[in-house]
Amino acid sequence: MNHTGKTDISHDTLLSAYRRMKTIRAFENRLHEDFKAGIVPGFTHLYAGQEAVAVGICSHLTDQDQIASTHRGHGHCIAKGVDVMAMMKEIHGRQGGICKGKGGSMHIADLSKGMLGANGILGAGAPLACGAALADKLEGKGHVAVVFGGDGGVNEGAVLESMNLASVWKLPLMFVVENNGYAQSTPQHRTTSVSSYEDRARGFGMPAVTVDGLDFFAVYRAAGELIARMRAGGGPVLLECRTVRFYGHFEGDTQRYRPAGDVKNAWEERDCLRRFARTSGLSPAELEAVDRDVEQLVDASVQEALKAPHPALNELHDGVYVSY
Amino acid sequence: MTRHISLKSAITEALDQEMARDPKLLIFGQDTAGGVDAGGETDTWGGVLGVTRGLYTRHGDRVIDAPPTEMAYVGAAVGAALSGFPVVAEVPFIDFMGVCFDQLLSQAAKMRYMFGGTAEIPLVVRTMVGAGINGAAQHSQMLTAMFTHIPGLKVVCPSTPHDAKGLMIEAIRDRGPVIFCEPKYLYETTGPVAEAPYAIPFGQAHLAREGRDVSIVTYGPMVPRALEAATRLAETGIETEVIDLRTLSPLDIATVLKSVQKTGRLVAADEAHPRCNMATDIVARVTGQCFTSLKSAPQMVSAPHTPVPFSPVLEKAYIPGAEQIMAAVTRTMS
Ligand SMILES: Cc1ncc(C[n+]2csc(CCOP(=O)(O)OP(=O)(O)O)c2C)c(N)n1
Ligand SMILES: [Mg+2]
Repeated sequence: MNHTGKTDISHDTLLSAYRRMKTIRAFENRLHEDFKAGIVPGFTHLYAGQEAVAVGICSHLTDQDQIASTHRGHGHCIAKGVDVMAMMKEIHGRQGGICKGKGGSMHIADLSKGMLGANGILGAGAPLACGAALADKLEGKGHVAVVFGGDGGVNEGAVLESMNLASVWKLPLMFVVENNGYAQSTPQHRTTSVSSYEDRARGFGMPAVTVDGLDFFAVYRAAGELIARMRAGGGPVLLECRTVRFYGHFEGDTQRYRPAGDVKNAWEERDCLRRFARTSGLSPAELEAVDRDVEQLVDASVQEALKAPHPALNELHDGVYVSY
Repeated sequence: MTRHISLKSAITEALDQEMARDPKLLIFGQDTAGGVDAGGETDTWGGVLGVTRGLYTRHGDRVIDAPPTEMAYVGAAVGAALSGFPVVAEVPFIDFMGVCFDQLLSQAAKMRYMFGGTAEIPLVVRTMVGAGINGAAQHSQMLTAMFTHIPGLKVVCPSTPHDAKGLMIEAIRDRGPVIFCEPKYLYETTGPVAEAPYAIPFGQAHLAREGRDVSIVTYGPMVPRALEAATRLAETGIETEVIDLRTLSPLDIATVLKSVQKTGRLVAADEAHPRCNMATDIVARVTGQCFTSLKSAPQMVSAPHTPVPFSPVLEKAYIPGAEQIMAAVTRTMS
């Protein structure tokens, strides 16, 4: 599918898409720095580089549409409208965190925003999203579900079974494959038997589209058409977005397995945000105003997070049905 | 020659030496060969925390990177083992076992019995267990007891570099499936390890400390905590014995009984959730088999019946430590 031009996208949509993408970038860049400084606990997988995917897709979704995310979930959360302050507190494990500090980076969820959770188990979101999509179908209000997965993780049996189930049950579910070329240190061609995930979809009787995931407009348009199709009862679809991971698999990964110059090239030549800024038609003044807001927001979120108290010890036992 | 090396390096060394000994031995896992064919340097990962780093360079294509598809490659390890190729397969975190559980629970564990004793499955599944590194709810569990419950599987969980090497070599040479649980919290702890290969037989607990008053029975990441408790208790005049089970299946109950017959008091500790874990098992066996030796009610120490929380403060409160063991010992003395 070829997408050019942008005149059909409103100015507000463009501005808010830029704000979300920029928020993700600033959030992740800040976490990268703070992790290096030793103040961020746990395993952190940063989404920087892939912003156009999450935002291009989630721009079409409402709070009633649900998404299931991955270990690399911050971008999906921000794109779906989860509160940035509460996310930062969560990543620092503090009171006021979106999951009360009990989930952390890999388990951020906000059911009120239709965000069913980041996930520490590869592939686990797909069956859950089938259930969400079934609920949407039974309610008949045209809501849809989206499950994100990486080029490696979508090979899990849970995902392949879900593709079959979604097709058999004709669920309004979109499988998004964020193909950033790597699963940890393993290149895509060593985890996946086909070079295009469209071939997978075809095998499950699902329409599929592949787009340049660095091009917000390509993602936005393709997702728009596929989601409209699902809302009209067309059944499941797959969208592969070819994208790039800016940072290591997780913080601390030196990425020596990548070809020399690959990371530098990604930052300099394959930046979806710079591409958006160049082609969106938004004025430099508009973009800069957003940039300033976003920096302030992220800065404030870190300050608030570090000021927030740790959870009270009695919270340890809350949230299980039976505890001893 | 004996050197001081980390528990993690002791496992690497055991794998390396066994790969050299047995030309049919295979290693499967995610990123075990770390970055093969990725365009840059090869062998940069070695699994998520680097245990197999260097093995690809030395042993080549017998170190095989699998896609992140545990059901397929763990099942393939079972099948290859059944077909005469011993395999060490890595499931990075025990939390991911859900994905491949059938291949272990209903396939590997059952075959020898179901097939009338004809099957041999020389398989080791390496997996990291335990909390303490802010891994949150899905990268921190201590699911050792779940595997111990299953007939047909052996379960190992070392606490020292020396034991890690000897038990890994034994696990590889064993002719049946072994779940080898690596306490990641102890990966960097160092201790003396002989360079030459050696095997530690399964079913032999280790007396980590001798004492006359109370027997503390535990394993894996709880052992250093028990030893800390023992040292601190000794300052108050209480002499505790610390037994490191080392293998949970088979279980060396004889060593435990002998100790309790001497001390008359028992504290059983497990980092797992409190219901149906190794501590409840030990207490049940001891009370059943040497009830009259007991001077007081046995006490148990374990994590609470909750998932592992992310917040470092809550995680610290979650993990049973020396303090809880000391309190339990004191209860047996009063
Ligand atoms: C069931 C399971 N197996 C393995 C892992 C470890 N793991 C976490 S992320 C990852 C690679 C995922 O690669 P991909 O799906 O391409 O996503 P990306 O990290 O590139 O976003 C692996 C192997 C896991 N979390 N869960
Ligand atoms: Mg990937």
